[in-house]
Amino acid sequence: MDLMEKNLELLEVQKLEGHTDRVWNVSWNPVSSHAHGTLPILASCSGDNTVRIWEQSSLSRSWTCKTVLEETHTRTVRSCAWSPSGKLLATASFDGTTAIWEDLGDEFDCISTLEGHENEVKSVSWNAAGSYLATCSRDKSVWIWEVLGGNEFDCAAVLNGHTQDVKMVQWHPTMDVLFSCSYDNTIKVWWSEDDDGDFQCVQTLDESSNGHSSTVWAISFNATGDKMVTCSDDLTLKIWMADISMMHSGEGYAPWTHLCTLSGYHDRTIFSTHWSSDDIIASGAGDDAIRLFVDSKHDSANGPSYNLLLKKEKAHEMDINSVQWSPSKENRLLASASDDGMVKIWQLETKL
Amino acid sequence: MVSGLINENPIVYERKERRDVRTDSSNTNELSVDTIDQLEVFDHIRDIKDPEHPYSLEQLKVLTEDSVEVDDSKSHVRVTFTPTVEHCSMATIIGLCVRVKLMRSLPSRYKIDIRVAPGTHATEAAVNKQLNDKERVAAALENPNLVEMVDECLSPSFE
Repeated sequence: MDLMEKNLELLEVQKLEGHTDRVWNVSWNPVSSHAHGTLPILASCSGDNTVRIWEQSSLSRSWTCKTVLEETHTRTVRSCAWSPSGKLLATASFDGTTAIWEDLGDEFDCISTLEGHENEVKSVSWNAAGSYLATCSRDKSVWIWEVLGGNEFDCAAVLNGHTQDVKMVQWHPTMDVLFSCSYDNTIKVWWSEDDDGDFQCVQTLDESSNGHSSTVWAISFNATGDKMVTCSDDLTLKIWMADISMMHSGEGYAPWTHLCTLSGYHDRTIFSTHWSSDDIIASGAGDDAIRLFVDSKHDSANGPSYNLLLKKEKAHEMDINSVQWSPSKENRLLASASDDGMVKIWQLETKL
Repeated sequence: MVSGLINENPIVYERKERRDVRTDSSNTNELSVDTIDQLEVFDHIRDIKDPEHPYSLEQLKVLTEDSVEVDDSKSHVRVTFTPTVEHCSMATIIGLCVRVKLMRSLPSRYKIDIRVAPGTHATEAAVNKQLNDKERVAAALENPNLVEMVDECLSPSFE
């Protein structure tokens, strides 16, 4: 199925209003948004210091705000992430803390607060098994937390190495390898070779590795985890690859190498990028537009290349801070968050 | 702690004659009322006070009309400011004040870029990067001490 040949468009399903300041991040619940027969749930977090949980009604099919998580963070909530089980939500804030919430059905209970960073926490990520949590901060460090039973979280490692503000952390989809990207223009890879919790920086992707020349804002992996896309203030998206089968068979660390750079498509900072399970890369940028890219499947001497599938101009009225594909395989839903205070749900469909 | 001012003896310039918006004939044109031009943007920022001296950024020639580049059709504005001294540690404060004033004055569709005039500051790239990192600016504006300083620079002086 060649997507480029289908006449596709991104249709706005609904605009979710409620936040009273810019929305920084959105996260789809991996279980309820995915499992057949259950309704998708989306979390959003904002400069208004709150987190909103949105749910789609089975009757009307429209989205409403089910809960507002407030009175906990005292400053901007910058990032939110559901645990793989879908039962817990981690929220990272400029107030220096990361809160862990449990979904009790009717309401959410804040079961723990992770402290330690010296200043604003920028991002939080769960590993595939839900046994580790990672956070990063303007204090230049990346912290790894172990998820113990009974609402206990223990700091397992404090990773230093970045020379500036760390913008995002993202665990690999299948292995306990952690990735971080920063204002220092690099992407770092952290791994515990003996699987004993002793994480070290095993690779740094900088300009000499064909990396970015300005702040790297986000990282996203494809479903199989052998490719990743990064986006930057340098106005490019970069695709990277690694021979992860090597790592799965215990032959040691498989380094990431630059595969392709998508330049000339953006003229403002790209704040977010997300790789869908059916291989569509979405980007959200400072020009208020959403762009979708796909593998051109025409390998040249320079390697694989990617094509612009479509550009949705004025998707929002201000900068787009986050784009996230729904994990659902039934439809191609995309959520976006913006400085305009809105969250939008989009559907990728064939034009009639 | 800094014992003295960064720039003890700034050069103070005369303020440029202002356009009177009420009597200016160009304002009678229906179309021009909605388009934002260089002078309008300059009018928003010319009176911002320097953080250290009782003068405006215009009087210190930190900002001039030519500091402002506007493309209203693209909703884009770029302000290039000239710190009075090369090692000015107030450069990020000044840049932040300009950004905040424009954020409060221009329509939300506007994209604002702030930079120091090339060659006028020792750590030009570092200052520019901070001033244009939206997340860093947002966090800074949640710092009450910084907000107080910015509001002081933005408050009108009555003469």
